[in-house]
Amino acid sequence: MSQREILTFISEALFNDLHQGEELTVDFRGENTDFIRWNQSKVRQNTSVRQIEINLEFHKEGRRLKKSFSAQGSREWDVVEARRLLLDARQEALVLPPDPYLVPFVNNGNSEAFFPGTLLTGEDLISAIAVPASAHDLAGLYAGGRIEVGNFNSKGQHHWFANESFFIDYSLYHGTLASKSCYAGFHWHQAEFEDNLKRTAEQLQILNRPRKSVKPGKYRVYLAPAAVAELTTMFSFGALSYRAYKTGQCALKKLQEKERTLSPQFTLSENFHLGLTPRFNELGELAPEKLLLIKEGELQRLLVSSRSAKEFGVAGNHASAGESPRALEIDRGGLAQKDILSRLGTGLYLSNLHYLNWSDLQNAQVTGMTRYACMWVENGEMVAPIEDMRFDVSLYEILGEGLLEVTDFQDVDPNVDTYFQRSLGGKKLPGLLIKDFSLTL
Amino acid sequence: MTHELIQADFSKILSQLKTQADWVGLRFYSEKSNVQMVRNETLETHAAQLDQGLMVEVMVDGHLGYAATTDLTPEGIAQAFQKAKTLSTQAARFKAIEFTLEQRPPSRGTFQSPYLHRLDTLTQAEVVDTLLQASRSLKVSDKVVSRTALATFLETEIQYLSSSGAEWLQNFNLVTTYYAATADNKKDIQTRTAGNSLQTGAEALRDPQILETCRQTGEEALELLEADNCPTGVMDVLLAPDQMQLQIHESIGHPLELDRILGDERNFAGWSFIKPEDFGRLQYGSALLNVVFDPHERGQFASYAFDDVGNPARREYLIQNGKLVRGLGSLESQKRSGIPGVANQRASSWNRAPIDRMANINIEPGKDSLEDMIASVQHGLVMKTNRSWSIDDYRNKFQFGCEYGQLIENGRITRTVKNPNYRGKTLEFWRRLKAVGNAKTYENHGSPNCGKGEPSQVIRVAHASPYCLFSNIEVFGGAS
Repeated sequence: MSQREILTFISEALFNDLHQGEELTVDFRGENTDFIRWNQSKVRQNTSVRQIEINLEFHKEGRRLKKSFSAQGSREWDVVEARRLLLDARQEALVLPPDPYLVPFVNNGNSEAFFPGTLLTGEDLISAIAVPASAHDLAGLYAGGRIEVGNFNSKGQHHWFANESFFIDYSLYHGTLASKSCYAGFHWHQAEFEDNLKRTAEQLQILNRPRKSVKPGKYRVYLAPAAVAELTTMFSFGALSYRAYKTGQCALKKLQEKERTLSPQFTLSENFHLGLTPRFNELGELAPEKLLLIKEGELQRLLVSSRSAKEFGVAGNHASAGESPRALEIDRGGLAQKDILSRLGTGLYLSNLHYLNWSDLQNAQVTGMTRYACMWVENGEMVAPIEDMRFDVSLYEILGEGLLEVTDFQDVDPNVDTYFQRSLGGKKLPGLLIKDFSLTL
Repeated sequence: MTHELIQADFSKILSQLKTQADWVGLRFYSEKSNVQMVRNETLETHAAQLDQGLMVEVMVDGHLGYAATTDLTPEGIAQAFQKAKTLSTQAARFKAIEFTLEQRPPSRGTFQSPYLHRLDTLTQAEVVDTLLQASRSLKVSDKVVSRTALATFLETEIQYLSSSGAEWLQNFNLVTTYYAATADNKKDIQTRTAGNSLQTGAEALRDPQILETCRQTGEEALELLEADNCPTGVMDVLLAPDQMQLQIHESIGHPLELDRILGDERNFAGWSFIKPEDFGRLQYGSALLNVVFDPHERGQFASYAFDDVGNPARREYLIQNGKLVRGLGSLESQKRSGIPGVANQRASSWNRAPIDRMANINIEPGKDSLEDMIASVQHGLVMKTNRSWSIDDYRNKFQFGCEYGQLIENGRITRTVKNPNYRGKTLEFWRRLKAVGNAKTYENHGSPNCGKGEPSQVIRVAHASPYCLFSNIEVFGGAS
């Protein structure tokens, strides 16, 4: 029996058990993943994970509560546990206060998507990576397998999304010098992986020069798309959330209130055309295919969940409960790849950033570190790798007056998070040329 | 499925599997969680979860491999075993290291978190009512625009059986509380928080001090609105235990993890500035610095009897009189590196392989009273409660920010300052430790959120510390 059939069986059984005035959503998260952890191009740990989580959201007379359990994948066993939780939920709802911001379930329609893949299996799973990597010092993680997500509710809504995908997120090392890459997709092509590995190794070769010590100060920098991807993680921590705005935790409050603007070259949107993640959220609401958030430096809207819409009396846009971007895209500009170094002139080519955090949230001030293949560039020529440096910058400045140019290409940055379960989604990002980027330590 | 049934099944299944690989281990993990959150006197979250599954470990040709499943039927466990064995057989050709059964000791025993009252004596209504009262207590003024009161209760059980005779059971009661007040005067917004993570029972939410703590939290958020920005300069810094927690975690705990030093984390969390040859030689901090791995401190969030491979946990010095003496490395890392370690191979749950983790990493109290330390400072700052943290992938250059600062002038606290931050380099910083508070200043703080590993894992840690005074630290305030 397929996972979708199991979800259908359990949800229909539960919906039939509902009493008058009760509503229910059944949310399904499943994966069957092989994780191979690599160090020095050897297998450090291999872990296969088969897991299913079923989440129930129960509404009764204006009350709301959630119950979750780890499912066996057997409809006979799982429906017993699900029914037990439904009974518990019914009892507990009696003692809870009404939820004034409860969003009643509605039928947001049906959707079904499946992206089959060609994954490494059997003997190939290890040797396909181990053999070509043996010439290098590779550290990283391969993850591959099927991910399935479903969301059914008692109003008749049915959404299902599944894919078979993989990534190998890795770094190559030469002593303490390192270059970083990721090969990801639905269909593993050995030649593509080996080409990716070769290009990463070539980048490492360029680094093999004495490091240059850079002093704190303001520098002209180029942020490669992977570095921009790290920077945009800050947009997930409340910067684009209406709830965060209303509760004093929105770093872009001054942008929302028109006190500040960003560069006319900066346009940011949610773009589900990327196809990396389902459009439906925890309530099964379908987000717009494309939602413009910042247009030419001016905030158009924040992400608003239906719960926030009800609480704060504004229109929602079917954001997720966390009001973080799920399919973030920054528009490309006009800077060609071949012109990046010459336009940078003298400054820093930053391939990756690390461990960002707000140093002053109310002023969108971010601190973090440079990491991996970051280079000192002089008169348009790469000169030497730099020692890792700490930066402390304001998004208003580096994405405002400090933003000089945006590349005419974008890279897709797949979401390789594996906390609790393998993540879906990704971003599409250009590189950014920036002036007065402040290094502090 | 009842606990008794599960235990009986696992023993029987292990007896069937143990002849099919060089070694087999079964780690069953079951966790009941309840989370309630009140925001602005409205119940926003009321959620319960039962997360349980089994990790099958196998040793094939000296390689340890894993397969995890939520399917706890005999057929499901057999499938997981075959998956682990098949992939591990392939992986053994390319294994990073040859292991033996010395890395999987045949330990036997039990552990139970301390508590006065069982967690299940708390009714849903009691929890919600307490959190609603806490939210009201945070609202000391209409300027406190956002109030959050959260409680998480976990009952975790880990059972472990192995073909070499290990059989142990550990039961944990884990409580996290979090209270936050955000104040807004239309010119500035400031947040102050409180709370902790402990191994305890229902008494954690019946503490009459909760409401006073919340009232004070709200008052301090208001106070920060009117405070001056933290000054910029180089001065003495006196860190409170709730900031020492973060300082210990990021700049002692992580760099001492042997798996980082061995390079396992290079692609994710990072490497370490510590070299294998530094153990027994490196003067990490001033002679006042004594850091212990202590899995037995009563009620600390990461106390246990065995790590997740069954290594009996013992208190050990990591840094003694300022010198680095021992790493945070498991039996596997000790074999790989030859460096003395501790019992710290831990997994976040049933679905992750165990790796080197922190647990309770504590600084021993010194001799100075808080009053004496303040009196010794001509110009400096007290900083409390972390709000921002960032450090490089070698755990060297850090920048941390706190919620609440107090200026010390001529040996006295004179006024409150907002947005206090400081930055430095790890060894330089710990060598500037010039006073360690006595036992009266010692506090225990736990955290449920330490991230590491590929695939990634979030694990519980705790750090107890007295107030500590550092000299000549670079401090600065907010952007405006």
